[in-house]
Amino acid sequence: MEHAKEDKTLTVLCSDSRGSASLAPFAQAFPEQFVEMGIAEQSLVSTAAGMARCGLRPFAASPASFLSTRSMEQVKVDVAYSHTNVKLIGISGGISYGALGMTHHSAQDIAALASIPGLRVYLPSDRFLTQALMEVLVQDNDPAYIRVGRNAVEDVYDAVPEHFQMDKALTVKEGTDVTLIACGELVRPALDAALLLEEKGISARVLDMYCVKPLDREAVRKAARETKAIVTAEEHSIFGGLGSMVSQVVGESHPLPVKNLALPDEPAIAGKSAEVFAHYGLDAQGIAKAAREVLA
Amino acid sequence: MNLQQKPYALRLQVLDMVYRAKTGHIGGDFSVCDILNVLYNKVMDVTPENFSSVDHDHFILSKGHSVEALYAVLADRGFFPQEDLCTVSQFGSKYIGHPNNKVNGIEMNSGSLGHGLSVGVGMALAGKRQGKSYLVYVVLGDGELAEGSVWEGAMAAGHYKLDNLCAVVDRNRLQISGNTEEVMAQDSQDDRWAAFGWHTLHARGNDVVDLERAFQEAKDFRGKPTVILSDTVKGCGVSFMEGKAEWHHKVPTQEEYERAKQELLEKEAAAQ
Repeated sequence: MEHAKEDKTLTVLCSDSRGSASLAPFAQAFPEQFVEMGIAEQSLVSTAAGMARCGLRPFAASPASFLSTRSMEQVKVDVAYSHTNVKLIGISGGISYGALGMTHHSAQDIAALASIPGLRVYLPSDRFLTQALMEVLVQDNDPAYIRVGRNAVEDVYDAVPEHFQMDKALTVKEGTDVTLIACGELVRPALDAALLLEEKGISARVLDMYCVKPLDREAVRKAARETKAIVTAEEHSIFGGLGSMVSQVVGESHPLPVKNLALPDEPAIAGKSAEVFAHYGLDAQGIAKAAREVLA
Repeated sequence: MNLQQKPYALRLQVLDMVYRAKTGHIGGDFSVCDILNVLYNKVMDVTPENFSSVDHDHFILSKGHSVEALYAVLADRGFFPQEDLCTVSQFGSKYIGHPNNKVNGIEMNSGSLGHGLSVGVGMALAGKRQGKSYLVYVVLGDGELAEGSVWEGAMAAGHYKLDNLCAVVDRNRLQISGNTEEVMAQDSQDDRWAAFGWHTLHARGNDVVDLERAFQEAKDFRGKPTVILSDTVKGCGVSFMEGKAEWHHKVPTQEEYERAKQELLEKEAAAQ
C-alpha cells in the first residue's frame, strides 16, 4: 500500500478474491488502482496483460489453484510470451485450503508455470522474505508468479533479511553433512529438522530456495560439492517442482544422493496444513528422518 | 491508390506470402483485409512514429491466424520494409504464422483464440484510469466466439462501460470444419452482445464505405463498448475461394495462384 501511494500505475486486480487475498483495505484506500474482475480468472490475467501493455503495473491476485492452471494459457500467451509486466500473485497456495480438496489445492503450479519461458516463479517462506521479494518485484519490469499461503506461518527470519539478494538462495543455517533445500512454507520445517538433526550430531545446511525459477543453481552445486547428500522439501507434487529441478542440477554437475520430499501423486488428504504435512512426512520430523536415511 | 483498391493490393501481398511460404490462412486473411484496410488507413491513430508510446490507438488481432493480412497492412503503413514479407513463415523469421510483438506494429502475441478481447479490456481500462483518449480495437473471428473467455471479456467490458473499446467480428460464417452454424451456432449475436451490455452495430465487412460508417458510429457512441458484426466472405476477392471452408488454410497450386492473382489484379484495376 505504501508503494501504491507513490506509484499511481500500481494496480491490483482480483477475481472475487479481495477477502482471501486481504485486499479489501487496498480496494477501499485505492479504488482507482483496484479492479474487480469477478470469478473470471482467464479474463483476470488477460486484462492485467492489457493494462501492463498500456503503462500500468498490474498485480493479479487469485487463488493459486485457479491462477496457475485455469489461467495457464493466458499466463503463457498474454503475460510470458507477450512479455507484459504482470505480477501474478497465487494466494492460498499448495494445500492451504486443506479440507476443500484437490479443486482448491495448487500442487501443480510450479510444474505448470516454471515450464513457461520467460516466467519467474517465487515461493517466499515467511512475511519478512515476502516483503524483501516484493520490494524488488514492485519495481522491476518482468513478469513473475509469486505463490503465498493462506495461513499464518512461523517466521523463518527475525526481520527482513539484510543479506537478501534477488534470485540467490538464502542460507538459513550452515551445515556440512547434509543440505536441506526447501521453498515456501516448508523452509521453517526444514530449519526445525536441521535443529533436530543437530541434536543427533548431524550438521545440516538449510537453503531457502524461494527463487524456484530462476533456480540458484550455484547454491545447489555448492551444496552438492560441500555436503554428502541433499533433501528437498516442497508443498507441491513430486513431479516437476523444486525437487525435480534440484535433482537435475545435481545429476548434471555433481551426482550424489538426493531425496525429494513432496506431495505424492494422489489427491492430497483432507486436513489442516500441519496435519497434511505430518501425514506426508513434510514436517520437521519427516524431513529429519529423510536426511538420516539419505546419509545412511 | 484509393481506399477501394487497397484491399486488393493487400490480398495480392497475402497471396504471395502464402504461396511462397506454402502455409497460412488465406481464407480468413481475405475476409478481414477490408476491415484492416479501413482501420489502419481511416480509423486508427497509430503510426510507426507514435507506436513506441502508449498514446495511440491500440489494435489486437484476436483471430491471429489471419496474420498475413496484418503483415500486409503493416508493411504498407511503413512499420517494416515490404521486403520483409518475403521471409514470412520462413526458418528463423520473426514474421511467424501468428502475431508476435517482436514485429514492429504488433502489440500483443495472439493465435490461441479467445484472448484478445480481455486484453483489449485491460488496454481500455488502463486508458480510462489514466485519462487517455486512445481507442482500442479488437478483431475476432466468428468461430472464435465459441471460446468462453471471449464472454468473460465481454462481461467485463460491459460492466465497466468501456466505450473506448470496439470489437469487430469477422462474420464470414465459416470455420475450419465448415459452416459456423453447424459447428456451433453463432446466430443471435445481437442478443448475446446486448445481454452483455454492448452496443451492437452491423456492417458489410467487405465494403470499405460501409465499414467507415460503422467505425464512425462506434466512435460517436458513448456509455457502452461497441461491437461491429461485420458480414464478410471467406476468401473474398477470388471467385474459387469465396465461401469455401477448405480455403481456411489451403495453399494454392501454381495454377490456382496464377488465376487468383489475375482476378485480384483485375479487381484492383476496376476499383480505380
